[in-house]
Amino acid sequence: MSESRADTDANPILEARGLGKSFGATKVLHEINFRVFPRELVFIVGPSGSGKSTMLRCFNRLEEPSCGAVFVDGVNLMGKGVNINQMRQRIGMVFQQFNLYPHLSAEGNITLALRKVQGKSKSAARAAAQRCLELVGLADRANARPNELSGGQQQRVAIARALALEPKVMLFDEPTSALDPELVGSVLQVMRNLRDEGMTMVVVSHEIRFAREAADRVVFVCDGAILEEGTPEEIFSTPKHPRTREFVAEIAR
Amino acid sequence: MNETVTTSAWARFLETFFRPDLIEQYSGAIAKGVIVTCQVAGLVVVTGIAVGLALAMIRAYRIKPVNFLIIVYVDVLRSLPPLVLIVLTYFGLPALGSTLSGFVVLWLVLSMVLAAFAEEIFWAGILSVRKGQWDAARSTGFSFTQALAWVVVPQAIRLTVAPLTNRTIAITKNTALGMVIGVPEILNEASTAQSFSGSATPLMMGAIAYILLFIPIVVAGRWIETRFAWRRS
Repeated sequence: MSESRADTDANPILEARGLGKSFGATKVLHEINFRVFPRELVFIVGPSGSGKSTMLRCFNRLEEPSCGAVFVDGVNLMGKGVNINQMRQRIGMVFQQFNLYPHLSAEGNITLALRKVQGKSKSAARAAAQRCLELVGLADRANARPNELSGGQQQRVAIARALALEPKVMLFDEPTSALDPELVGSVLQVMRNLRDEGMTMVVVSHEIRFAREAADRVVFVCDGAILEEGTPEEIFSTPKHPRTREFVAEIAR
Repeated sequence: MNETVTTSAWARFLETFFRPDLIEQYSGAIAKGVIVTCQVAGLVVVTGIAVGLALAMIRAYRIKPVNFLIIVYVDVLRSLPPLVLIVLTYFGLPALGSTLSGFVVLWLVLSMVLAAFAEEIFWAGILSVRKGQWDAARSTGFSFTQALAWVVVPQAIRLTVAPLTNRTIAITKNTALGMVIGVPEILNEASTAQSFSGSATPLMMGAIAYILLFIPIVVAGRWIETRFAWRRS
């Protein structure tokens, strides 16, 4: 386990206050409070269907919260007159299914938002794409279409696409769940590098070994509520809540 | 004996459909028809597909009353025979004080019909783009309209090339209906020549002209299809 580099004295980069989500009469997220500090890597674990992904998707309003507030970089995303499209550029998101644009090359996937959203010139966008592809170790695959890349490579391009917008925080929604086991390592290595460079990250994942090694804090979510949080050691070795213990025992098998 | 029958049948066939003197006499008229057909067809393809795509994109916003109107428009135009619409418009509009030429009526009506079919095809394409594509686009700061225009529609278009090409060809061939409202397109010219000459040769010339005109479009459609083919990742 590495030393936490999280800057807990600073203002949180991401903060959820009383954040809740209901689908009709079903409450999938009970008013949660959650903070992520600069340079922190927070792992969200919990049984499937516990509301982890919904929670993550509420953080950039991809899922519209039913109540509460989300502050990113001090700005309330739920506030009146907030330009959500502008705010989302500060929140990178990586999906389980990669969601690369199949009709565009790796480079095209990265440059599209730079060009159309940020209005960068073609050459500036391409230079940024090249830099980000280098960060994920795919500088030589700039012209490859998604269908010509392995799952691990696709996910790394997706990470590069999110990085290119220079986000303040990155959200990872089960980034390795759709990958063959032998491809998981390359994606985790990229995430490790990002962490070492000081990127603030929130990761929903079942990669417990990676969580033990890289997470500064682990949050256990069950039935749409945060039941327990602490260091990886606290959550995985000495869990307090019975549901956490049950979960840890389950995944240890 | 058998041979003479065959020979004379073959000669009669040639005499009916391929009389050299008539071919020479009417090739000019048919050529003029080809030009008119090309003009109408080109205008119909551009207008029909553009309007159809625009309607499908508007439908993506899911504004209930607007979508209701689009669906009514699409269903009505898809169920009416184009000939009925052409005749109705051409002979009905003057009573309302509008005098559109046969050419314009043919262009407008066929464009509207193609737009109706194209809207349905594009809409199906837009719906078949996975939700994750929207998520990815929106998460990088695209507005709904930008995500639609830059991420979803480009994929929808690629998915719809095949059905769209088929439908476009089917509708564009209806330019022959212009004959009933006096548009001097291929069939009209051929039919006029047939009345004057009493021979089916000009009609055969017209048929060949249609083949020469549409085969390249069919081939082009196939080419576009293979060129845009990409496996979804």
